[in-house]
Amino acid sequence: MQTTTLILLLGAMTFIAFYLGRSRSLATVGGAAKLAKLHSLPGYYGYYAAIWVLLPSLALVLLWTIVEPRVIVALIIKSLPQAEQDLSAGELNLLVNNIRNLATGDVVSGDISVLLREASVRFQELTATSRQLLVTLTLGFAVFGGAYAYRRIAPGFRARNRVEQVVSAFLIAASSIAILTTIGIVLSVLFEAIRFFREVPVTEFLFGLTWSPQTAIRADQVGSSGSFGAVPLFTGTLLITAIAMFVAVPVGLMTAIYLAEYSTPRIRAITKPILEILAGIPTVVYGFFAALTVAPFVRRAGEAIGFDVASESALAAGLVMGIMIIPLVSSLSDDAINAVPRAMRDGALALGSTRSETMLRVLLPAALPGIVGGVLLAVSRAIGETMIVVMAAGLAANLTINPLEAVTTVTVQIVTLLVGDQEFDSAKTLAAFALGLVLFVVTLGLNVIGLKVVRRYREAYD
Amino acid sequence: MAHVDAERTKRLVEASLGARHRRERLFQVAGFLATTVGVVFLAIFFWTLIAQGYSAFVQTFVKLDVEFSESELAPAGTLDLQYANFDALARSAFREYFPDVTGRSDRRELNKLLSVGPSYAIRDAIEQNPDLVGTTVSMWVPAAAIVDMLVKENIDRNLPESQRPLTDQQIAWVDRLIERDALDTRFNTALFSNGDSREPELAGIRGALMGSFYMLLITIALAFPIGAAAAVYLEEFAPKNRWSDLIEVNINNLAAVPSIVFGLLGLAVFINWMAIPRSAPLVGGLVLSLLTLPVIIIASRAAIKAVPPSIREAAFGLGASRVQVVFHHVIPLALPGMLNGAIIGMSRALGESAPLLMIGVVAFIVDVPSGFSDPATALPVQIYLWADSPERAFAERTSAAIIVLLGFLLLMNLAAIIMRKRVERQW
Repeated sequence: MQTTTLILLLGAMTFIAFYLGRSRSLATVGGAAKLAKLHSLPGYYGYYAAIWVLLPSLALVLLWTIVEPRVIVALIIKSLPQAEQDLSAGELNLLVNNIRNLATGDVVSGDISVLLREASVRFQELTATSRQLLVTLTLGFAVFGGAYAYRRIAPGFRARNRVEQVVSAFLIAASSIAILTTIGIVLSVLFEAIRFFREVPVTEFLFGLTWSPQTAIRADQVGSSGSFGAVPLFTGTLLITAIAMFVAVPVGLMTAIYLAEYSTPRIRAITKPILEILAGIPTVVYGFFAALTVAPFVRRAGEAIGFDVASESALAAGLVMGIMIIPLVSSLSDDAINAVPRAMRDGALALGSTRSETMLRVLLPAALPGIVGGVLLAVSRAIGETMIVVMAAGLAANLTINPLEAVTTVTVQIVTLLVGDQEFDSAKTLAAFALGLVLFVVTLGLNVIGLKVVRRYREAYD
Repeated sequence: MAHVDAERTKRLVEASLGARHRRERLFQVAGFLATTVGVVFLAIFFWTLIAQGYSAFVQTFVKLDVEFSESELAPAGTLDLQYANFDALARSAFREYFPDVTGRSDRRELNKLLSVGPSYAIRDAIEQNPDLVGTTVSMWVPAAAIVDMLVKENIDRNLPESQRPLTDQQIAWVDRLIERDALDTRFNTALFSNGDSREPELAGIRGALMGSFYMLLITIALAFPIGAAAAVYLEEFAPKNRWSDLIEVNINNLAAVPSIVFGLLGLAVFINWMAIPRSAPLVGGLVLSLLTLPVIIIASRAAIKAVPPSIREAAFGLGASRVQVVFHHVIPLALPGMLNGAIIGMSRALGESAPLLMIGVVAFIVDVPSGFSDPATALPVQIYLWADSPERAFAERTSAAIIVLLGFLLLMNLAAIIMRKRVERQW
């Protein structure tokens, strides 16, 4: 029986359990007329029975699908001759894969030996047994759970409280998924990064000046010594981020000011949705535009005034990234400016200052912390931005601050190191996780500070 | 003395007034210019996109009088397609237009004008209707991408021969086809019915669309219930203590973590640890749900906060338990706002590509996926892949794919706006 069929069957049983539970509760008090004798509404007894049918059996199915493959592989390995059991982990893995592929009818690498054939038959048998066992056990759990719940239904039984306990448990579990995600990110990135730092010293990674992540497949290979000095990536990231901020901060801030102070309601009504569209365009689309339209334009413009511009210049990527970030800066600045009490603005205007003076000398200084917090969030966004730089910035790790040259960034390198098939435990792939760790720590720091500052100043004037 | 001071101040102020007003105007102009930057960019962006992409929605077709010859399709008297050379059928039909082309190299040049697509079209036709054997049927089949580009004038005829993909001879042949009304521009169905292909004229976004669809299905099925439940817990049940503060800070930060980091998480946890197959929509959907979870939680919390306390108090007053208050009164009222958040989260998930690159969704996949564990790609990733291809025909299709993607995003945002209009009720 397929897992989907099983789950559908469980669903049907749950429904039946609900109706049985509900009618049972009514029956115990002798019909709907004597409803008041029940502790809870009849529906709760139904839910109670349904929960007992569904939860234990579903938990079993889930556990089974996680544990089953591992157990079967372990049993298969145990049944192999001693010679095969002593193979190295990699070869054993290959053998098991072949057995599994033969059993499921996939392509097998190499010849099909008798051993392989026997093992694959055993694999099929084990899988079939496991399926049968799962179906029987699951249905057994469902029936027993339902029967247990059914028997407990009595007029004084506090079904509502039980059901509500389950509901609260589900709510708590759901809200802790966010925490689990963070823990998962930290652990997965950290563990692989530690493995990387065993091969490459932390100091070399953080302060080395050359980045050329080749690792040798054979010992005698030419250029086998990879070097993992990430400084060129950091400077490249900072350069592109700086260009983006150079565009986004003045433009975003002035947009916010203009829309808040000067524009007519009509212009505001047109401009705000346009900025929202800018924020909603997928980054891969910005990347396409940067690579195919902006980069050639920057190159031609540079040539026209006598500069030699690389076709994948930091300038093109940074400009487009800056435009992408304008809406973020403008909306956060808008919030910060609006949080300044109206009395300060009115006071400044009443003393005879012009609107620009009010803005520059009174409102902006008061809103500055909030704006700085917003800029920090924008910087974090720019550092973590991937698609624009993958498509429009280069791969060459140049240590330069010239915006007309091609630079590479942390995110570009993570992508290039991990796209494509690679051995997972080489220093090359692990380096991506080390870069990911740096990226995560830096953006987390910026976000924590930025969010805190933005929130504090919003509250300070409330 | 005071009188003199006031006079002096007045003079000073009046003297500086001109400069101050100039600064004021300058500031206003600067603000206006800044505001136009975004608008101008968007105008240029859409103009180039549509100018480049609209032509990909039509395609050049060539008319072939295909002879379904018995010797090729039914050599032993019965229909036997296993060894049939459909390509040969298509080519011989194509050569009818050019009886004068005989040399081997000339023929090879000529065949480059015909796509490999016709052989599939011929096979489909004979499979659907085996009675065609022995007859000659007129079919419209897609021409090669270089012909398409020439007809759409994306290839400049006036360039020197060495700088364009077609030779002078080939251009002359295409012109002869045009003269004989054997070329026609029709709606590009391949774009919406095919998976990816190395041949631009056969490449379509259906595989990517289906991949995105399966991923979004998993994302909405996981992220919306979990996100809504988390929001309900944090707003209605959580005691104000360190733990709930931690969750709150954590969710806000998670919303700002770079998406590529989620890709690293997916690679390490879902692929290496849980051994879910690479490139499957399942793993893509899981990563995207983790990515959209904070967005949905934040939006749902705002929606729940907007439900006035009087509703809760009235329900409590009538003897409802906390769970009953929340599930019978608060959630139904907050639901449009929560759905609005879900749509915003989905549109973010639809446009996301960086984390998908990490988990192998970036492979070249021809088949249209038909389930959650088939290898698949996603629409934004398809755009990324096509953007890398050097052919002019792929650049055109990339723009078309972007137009389709933006169309979907627009629809989702319209739905969100309609939803928001319903939420904005006065209590």
